[in-house]
Amino acid sequence: MVEFAGYDMPLQYQGIIAEHMACRTGAALFDVSHMGQAEIADVAGLARFVPGDVAGLKPGRQRYTLLLNEAGGILDDLMMANLGAHIQLVLNAGRKAADVAHLRGNGLDVHTRFDRALLALQGPKAKDVLPEAAGLKFMDVAALVVEGIDCIVTRSGYTGEDGFEIGCAGENGEALAEKLLARGAVLAGLGARDSLRLEAGLPLYGNDIDETTDPVSAGLGFALSKKRLEHADFLGAAALAAVQAKGPARRLVGIRLEGRAPARAGAEIRGKDGQSLGHVTSGVFSPTLNAPIALGYVRADAAETGTALDLIVRDKPLPGQVTDLPFVPHNYVR
Amino acid sequence: MSQIFYSKDHEWVAVGADGLATIGITDHAQAALGDIVFVELPEPGRSVGKGEACAVVESVKAASDVYAPLSGTVAEVNQSIVDEPAKVNSAAEGEGWFFKLRLQDPAALTELMDRAGYDEFLGTLS
Repeated sequence: MVEFAGYDMPLQYQGIIAEHMACRTGAALFDVSHMGQAEIADVAGLARFVPGDVAGLKPGRQRYTLLLNEAGGILDDLMMANLGAHIQLVLNAGRKAADVAHLRGNGLDVHTRFDRALLALQGPKAKDVLPEAAGLKFMDVAALVVEGIDCIVTRSGYTGEDGFEIGCAGENGEALAEKLLARGAVLAGLGARDSLRLEAGLPLYGNDIDETTDPVSAGLGFALSKKRLEHADFLGAAALAAVQAKGPARRLVGIRLEGRAPARAGAEIRGKDGQSLGHVTSGVFSPTLNAPIALGYVRADAAETGTALDLIVRDKPLPGQVTDLPFVPHNYVR
Repeated sequence: MSQIFYSKDHEWVAVGADGLATIGITDHAQAALGDIVFVELPEPGRSVGKGEACAVVESVKAASDVYAPLSGTVAEVNQSIVDEPAKVNSAAEGEGWFFKLRLQDPAALTELMDRAGYDEFLGTLS
């Protein structure tokens, strides 16, 4: 068990590599109830805080988006799903209290549902474990009954695999988890969740993105609506337009290392000329690739795929190169 | 094999007939680290002081130092765990040994714990 965002979380059950591979080849179950669920009825009001096309989010659909500050810095990254009567948000555990304070402080009504459970069922066999949700495509959302339990199910996740995130009343979480395990899912912890999301090239809030990073530099441009940037009708729009016009000074890139030694968050990134280019923000040994991989910010002129770099670990340079993300291809069912 | 000694940093030490002390990490340590994917060993000939970081083990998620439980000179290293780091998980207190030290002061072994002492120490953790 490890402490994470104020919660005691299981780092691993049978072992990170076994759980990681179970997710890549079968069906893994993660308890992510620490994440914050919230509901917002005022769609136009929500739009003021996020750079995505909220108005264009149809009922039954979900989208990845961001909460930004005035400087274009990322306050949180989150999922928003249109459930018809309201938009459901899924917020990072470590940010949920601050997010709600930010939204309420700026006049938006937020109905928090932090008491709800959230289970992530991920992997190519997730659809066999949860046939009730077979009708959903990637990023769909629906209210479904699973084993007599009322659930809100999205076909999405944080592993790069096909799969579902299943919300239910907190008191039903354990029973639902037991049912899904009985149907063949394997428990997986925070360790595998981190190695899976890193292989999938997905940023972790607090490591790869935070208030000092903007979505353009972080490679999250896909979450910015072009139309809304033009209209500059959300918090941080002006600052982001300026970054886009000028080009970011640094970029978040994937780095594949030679050898077997991983570089961890904080490791310095240097060019082959010895110049400091930035720092690693996440690093792990990839069980799928059997090689170390990392995410880090580098000076924009060193962000080109194939750029040779050194990562400084224990005072020694480990050679690597800038690699396209994701490291391991996504397997979404669109 | 002679008697095996243990350190509070979760290393084991066994002195062989050749007088060299074989050092590895305990089964408790490998279990706590999880899947080991990379090992870095000291250069043979390096002299290390008691408590000095002289090897590194990396699991999927984190790096950990391995400390010299006693002072001495590195006489030999186990290349097989560099080639196959998972061996540290499967045989921590055997084939997964790290390095051998020519001890500066063999009498210092008595500063370490015996098995019963180490088990008692493990009981005080968690």
